[in-house]
Amino acid sequence: MAIITYREALNQALREEMRRDPRVFLMGEEVGLYQGAYKVSQGLLEEFGPKRIIDTPISEAGFTGVGIGAAMVGLRPIVEMMTFNFALVAVDQIVNQAAKILYMSGGQYNVPMVIRGPGGPAHQLAAQHSQSMESYFYHVPGLKIVRPGTPKDAKGLLKSAIRDDDPVIFIESELLYGTKGEVPDGEYTIPLGVADIKREGRDVTIVAYSTMLLLALQAAEELEKEGIFAEVVDPRTLRPLDTELIIGSIKKTNRAVVMESGAGFGGIGTVIGEIISEQAFDYLDAPVERVTGANAPTPYAKNLERAKVPSKERVVAAVKKVLAI
Amino acid sequence: MQKLEHKELVDLLRQMLLMRRFEEKCAEMYALGKIGGFLHLYIGQEAVATGAISVLRPDDYVIASYREHGHALAKGSDPRKVMAELFGRADGLCKGKGGSMHLFDKTHHFLGGHAIVAGQIPIGTGAAFASQYEGKDQVTLCFFGDAAVNQGVFHEALNLAALWHLPIVYICENNRYGMGTAVARATSVKDLYRRAEAYGMPGEAVDGMDVLAVRECVGLAVERARRERIPSFIEAKTYRFRGHSMADPGTYRTKEEVEQEKQRDPLLLFRNHLMAEAVVKESDWKALEKEVRATVEEAVRYADASPEPPVEWLHTDVYVSER
Ligand SMILES: Cc1ncc(C[n+]2csc(CCOP(=O)(O)OP(=O)(O)O)c2C)c(N)n1
Repeated sequence: MAIITYREALNQALREEMRRDPRVFLMGEEVGLYQGAYKVSQGLLEEFGPKRIIDTPISEAGFTGVGIGAAMVGLRPIVEMMTFNFALVAVDQIVNQAAKILYMSGGQYNVPMVIRGPGGPAHQLAAQHSQSMESYFYHVPGLKIVRPGTPKDAKGLLKSAIRDDDPVIFIESELLYGTKGEVPDGEYTIPLGVADIKREGRDVTIVAYSTMLLLALQAAEELEKEGIFAEVVDPRTLRPLDTELIIGSIKKTNRAVVMESGAGFGGIGTVIGEIISEQAFDYLDAPVERVTGANAPTPYAKNLERAKVPSKERVVAAVKKVLAI
Repeated sequence: MQKLEHKELVDLLRQMLLMRRFEEKCAEMYALGKIGGFLHLYIGQEAVATGAISVLRPDDYVIASYREHGHALAKGSDPRKVMAELFGRADGLCKGKGGSMHLFDKTHHFLGGHAIVAGQIPIGTGAAFASQYEGKDQVTLCFFGDAAVNQGVFHEALNLAALWHLPIVYICENNRYGMGTAVARATSVKDLYRRAEAYGMPGEAVDGMDVLAVRECVGLAVERARRERIPSFIEAKTYRFRGHSMADPGTYRTKEEVEQEKQRDPLLLFRNHLMAEAVVKESDWKALEKEVRATVEEAVRYADASPEPPVEWLHTDVYVSER
């Protein structure tokens, strides 16, 4: 197995899927000549040319809609949001159009399209550039939502997302692009809707995805020094959500800590916590604990930004709380 | 427009020089890690904000994009508070919460730096709407880049402004690139000012490297807006000398192109013009340099001395009731 970065893994997925299927194309701001604001599309223009690697003007609603139309009539667009914060400009197209067309047309038209790009708080980018956007979209029936946390998952899930016949919101992370991990040699895909146990344990289940996954693993390592064995479950796909695997883990550990980087109010963690309480109530030895971003926009100042996002210390404390120690 | 007094000319030069030296210092501070996040420098474009804002009254509004250090300074913001904001400190314009891309200064009617491309265009239009609504004769200047004209809200806002006769002047700073994308690769009609025709609005192009030309052109548009409620669209042709942000090496432009554009450095052009006209002498320029450098040094000292915002501030200003 090769060790590559998350960025390279995504690049490989794009490249392989474009080679496999001539209907797949990539469209967005700076994806071509500039090779991607975060260099995810490095080298793709050179290989596939401007017909399939398409630089757009800054017009998110416009080019997202173009993607939807192209998808309805048979192409398989990948639309890049330079960062997911800008997807808000295109929310009408994503929510009122992409997510609804299959339903409204009584199943006649589907929208096989991926909308991808980075999201989440990153490096003092402040309120308008530092939002975890998954909660905005997960409420919407008709959308699938993927948040990979490792290079292997990023590649396998992106390939599945591209082959999926529904609109998929695929949120990467600026903070993960440079992280490295093992990626299997040769062709592989990871199905959407299948969670993964990233670390086995018996005392508590930590549910965490994307950048929070890294924090959860660090916390688990630290807890192990104290003889506490945390199981880290990565849902990878938020919609559809692999409740079976999550509930299975809770039945084993009887305790749950759910993490997310976004504001906790109305967040993903609320939903996952609720599902756990509903489906595994009899197995819980303590209420589900949530570790989330603060209910405030992301501030610019370094120290305030640090306070906004979950820390390893907060995860450790949450674990101890559900263990009553 | 009437001829400018000696003092006014020197003020324009001082303003541009302050922007330039302030931002050169910003680049240094970014390299030292004192400024974080995204830092978009305005170097090369100083004549636009300087010339345009110089015709305003203090109670007129200005709104801009994330490349707004210059606009804030021209509108009267205290350089010390701007630098403290860039440092993420408690005494910054926005208590350290906004940073480089989100400078706001209510005392100077500066409605902010906005980091979503074109997001500020309807908002500026709203400020003009309010002036209209309240029967006031304030004018709003709304600044944005060449790439912003392709966003939907640009069209929506200009249509409303023309329809409702709002006192606003839209100033497109055409520096020829939206990040790495040249205008011609993004915009179907290359002469951006011609877009105004679609809204029945006066549209003009002006040399954005010539501070006096900008002042003259914007001055007429502001008067038109103030007295006759006619909005305008001005395309200031300019150039940014640095990359899009500190993270961008700018390899999509040739060295020759950048060097050639630097020959039109708005600051040097204006200085040379004033010297040729004997408005300033070499010694005046030296004195100005000294004065401006002292201001910038003082800004850095102030920012350095300002404390980090207290952690409790994470939760203040989320709701007015809990401010
Ligand atoms: C809605 C949105 N899309 C994309 C971006 C990323 N982005 C920031 S600045 C920029 C280029 C804008 O160029 P222009 O409007 O010409 O202004 P300039 O930087 O030249 O001043 C891009 C693509 C953004 N901030 N907002």
